[in-house]
Amino acid sequence: MMGGIIDGAQAHLEIILLVVASWLVLGAAGIVVMKRLAFVSKVLFPIGGVAGVALMVVAASSLFAQSQVAILPVGLPGLAFHLRLDALSAFFLTVIGGAAAGVSWFAAGYFRKGEGTPPGLLCLQYHLFLASMVLVVLADDAYAFMVMWETMALSSFFLVTTNHRIAEIRRAGYLYLLIAHIGALAILMCFGVLQANTGDYTFANMRVQEVSPFWAAIAFGLAVVGFGAKAGMVPLHVWLPEAHPAAPSPVSALMSGVMLKTAIYGMLRVMFDLLHVQAWWWGVVLLTLGIVSALFGVVFSAVQTDMKRLLAYSSIENIGLLITGMGLAILFKAYGMSSLSALALTAVLYHVLSHAFFKSLLFVATGSVLHATGERNLGRLGGLIRCMPWVAWPALVGILAGAGLPPLGGFVPEWLLLQGFLFTPGLPNPFLNMLIPVLAASIVLIAALAAYVMVKFFGVIFLGRPREEKLAQAQDAHMFERIGMGWLVVGCVMLGLLPAHIIQLIDPVTHQLVGQGLGASANSVSWWLLAPMSVARASYSPLLFLLGVAACFGFAFVLVRRLYHGRVRRAAPWDCGFPWRNARMQDTAEGFGQPIRQIFEPFFRIRRQLPTPFDERPRYRVTADDHFWHWLYLPVAYAVERVARLVGLLQQGRIATYLLYSFVTLIVMLALVSV
Amino acid sequence: MSAYGIASQLLEVVIALLAAPLLSGWVNQCRAWLQNKTAPSVWQLYRMLRKLFHKESVVALNASPIFRATPYIVFGCMTLASAIIPTLSTELPLAPAADAIALVGLFAIARVFISLAAMDTGTAFGTFGARREMLMGFLAEPALLMTLFTASLITQSTSLTTIINTLAHRDLTIYPSLAFAGIAFVMVSLAENARIPVDNPSTHLELTMIHEALILEYSGRHLALMEWAASLKLFAYSCIGLAIFFPWGLTEMHSPVALLLAVPTLLLKLAAGGAALALIETFSAKMRIFRVPEFLATAFLLGVIGMLVFLLLGS
Repeated sequence: MMGGIIDGAQAHLEIILLVVASWLVLGAAGIVVMKRLAFVSKVLFPIGGVAGVALMVVAASSLFAQSQVAILPVGLPGLAFHLRLDALSAFFLTVIGGAAAGVSWFAAGYFRKGEGTPPGLLCLQYHLFLASMVLVVLADDAYAFMVMWETMALSSFFLVTTNHRIAEIRRAGYLYLLIAHIGALAILMCFGVLQANTGDYTFANMRVQEVSPFWAAIAFGLAVVGFGAKAGMVPLHVWLPEAHPAAPSPVSALMSGVMLKTAIYGMLRVMFDLLHVQAWWWGVVLLTLGIVSALFGVVFSAVQTDMKRLLAYSSIENIGLLITGMGLAILFKAYGMSSLSALALTAVLYHVLSHAFFKSLLFVATGSVLHATGERNLGRLGGLIRCMPWVAWPALVGILAGAGLPPLGGFVPEWLLLQGFLFTPGLPNPFLNMLIPVLAASIVLIAALAAYVMVKFFGVIFLGRPREEKLAQAQDAHMFERIGMGWLVVGCVMLGLLPAHIIQLIDPVTHQLVGQGLGASANSVSWWLLAPMSVARASYSPLLFLLGVAACFGFAFVLVRRLYHGRVRRAAPWDCGFPWRNARMQDTAEGFGQPIRQIFEPFFRIRRQLPTPFDERPRYRVTADDHFWHWLYLPVAYAVERVARLVGLLQQGRIATYLLYSFVTLIVMLALVSV
Repeated sequence: MSAYGIASQLLEVVIALLAAPLLSGWVNQCRAWLQNKTAPSVWQLYRMLRKLFHKESVVALNASPIFRATPYIVFGCMTLASAIIPTLSTELPLAPAADAIALVGLFAIARVFISLAAMDTGTAFGTFGARREMLMGFLAEPALLMTLFTASLITQSTSLTTIINTLAHRDLTIYPSLAFAGIAFVMVSLAENARIPVDNPSTHLELTMIHEALILEYSGRHLALMEWAASLKLFAYSCIGLAIFFPWGLTEMHSPVALLLAVPTLLLKLAAGGAALALIETFSAKMRIFRVPEFLATAFLLGVIGMLVFLLLGS
């Protein structure tokens, strides 16, 4: 079907388009069997997952192939869709395919009856969402890109508002749509600048245009705003902690794990591919925005009491780290140090991959918890590792990766990024050289805080004793949910253990963007050792690391059993001999976040309501809000309202007045024409 | 990977495992002397470990496998940490597995698991301790890394063996940046090893305790492994400090005799370091838990200043 409309025989691109088509067919099939949940979830979603694996494999193999182009004659006359598969898009397709496979399998076991949108429609929206993300990454002209970008935003909007009967969720969806469109507007203008008055909106044309530094800077700024709004960069992040908790968990997983990455893709495409020259101060802008987002995100996620909101803020943190890495890459590239630029860029792309896996994993785990307990509030959970081991153990892998601990996937990009910072003193700008250690210190602080957040997340949900009676009857995950989580767990572990191989995959992308790659040097010593520069400079081997810890573990275990004994007695916890303890005496989510709230008090807009000594029923209430709402969003909203009211003065509701307006307009026009 | 390398690696691990409780005992001894008390024998910790290994372990009813696996994980992490820190020789086959950043990651794994295990029992003290431990961690970890980064900037490497080789072979000049880093390092070590201005290793049932609150529910062999791991951690921190700030005395000749000669040098340096630690503990008073973030933030800033000083002065 595809062969006829595609120019040239290009296996990879054709197969990828076939995957897209299969997703669309699955969506259409969902419409046909609108109400049959069993068929939709047990047949259509798993097939979609298999298509995801196919996408991942094909995209990964096309990383090393020549770039392939195609023109799809859809859309307006004379405005065909240009598609192009190069290393950058192939890499992001790998991410989309890999994460989508796990999430689709999980979704097969997740969706239940009576949760808002009928299952068939949900299936259509879900697969349309996946297909549009693939086409965004493949698009090679502004027209196709914008159409797909909007499709992505709209399909995800409908997915977010699945439970549209709840007012809060409708509000979250509206906020999401609003900020998505502000972003889309900025992106559209950015492309307008990039085509440099030629009227040709293909990316191929933008690549050859020489844009003056001024207009290049404008394009850069618009791209930062436009894609930053989608990525959840501070201060355009407010939709993220609202929309992620509102959406069903597999959708949150896709949005956080994959959709945010399309924004990162857009930034990379515009800043490294479409623009030729990068000014050094762009790097500084991105570094600042990135560090602020990351610190903001992690501090806020530490004080959250809603588990999905906590993960949403953690996504803001990770996006911040990605933007920081990109800033570093631009900085190095602007000074012509392309090997270091490749190092920073490798860290960014590695983190894209690892975040896609561990954040999807954590979000789907919250989905299982939500279905088993009906609770999103951390204060009403606890002790779930005993009745839900199939959720708890994958989540443990997820939090260890999310905390950036070796030997899992989150550590490698952090390590590479810190290596990048340590190399920076070679920059010819003394001001920047001074700034860099401070930024490196903040990166480390953010990473350590992420560990704090992850321990809170896992400890409060899965460990300790159940804080509510009903939790003891919580059902463990279903078969499809287990398969989906298992796939994502394997991804997290592989990303951690085989960094040299993953960097080989990233190599073509950095070659395309900065003309250099780490692959050759990373693999020069041996396949199990990661040493991007030289072993004497820095090296890390997760396999050896894991073997070392495991060997010590095993030795200690065997020796203790051999020399002594393995007797264990089960008893009630001692707790310093206090006999009247109950589950509510455990630390709560608020309590766990309290030190952070105290240390980073200026970050929050805190309102405290303290009881007086004479209260009959004393209540203590504290809320920690986001300053940006009050500094940025509410003033804008009030201003818009005021302007609207002024415009409203024109609206008299009488036909005669409107005729008068028309008449006056006509006179003015005529006067203008005659002059 | 030479036979010599393997021998030095094994010797290092064995010495760390055997000497770590001795170092803790020695610090206690010095502290007792300074405070005019009668000290327990330096071998006291060995006796305690032996006793604990013989006892049965009591595990809380609702504890998950994480609780039982944690002592082994923590012990494994600390053993690996003492294996990759060059104490006797810089030719270690395991050293490429982890550089300074991964070493900090290794300590972080141990911290995360101890905290998870403490939350696992679902007691008030355990979760309280976990919260405080993670609070200390997120402040102490960056400070430690900043210290190591200062050394990395000087030596242009994050590999521990290269750092120590380079520092040992430099001319005897004073690095102002290393002085800042050194102070920061001492402060972090005190916090990380539950020492006096931050935590009190010899008290129990005190609302300000951190380390003891975390291991409150452990008994028998699990407690023995935790205590052993704690003394290994002190040993590892002392070795990093000595190796970076006093890097002399490591053997460079590839001969077993030189390797064996490095052992007494190491023990002498550790004895001096332990005595200094006891001195600090005697001179300072335990601070309130709310002051600890300030203490650690100072250490963090000193570490950053160390890096900045290096970039400004180039030394």
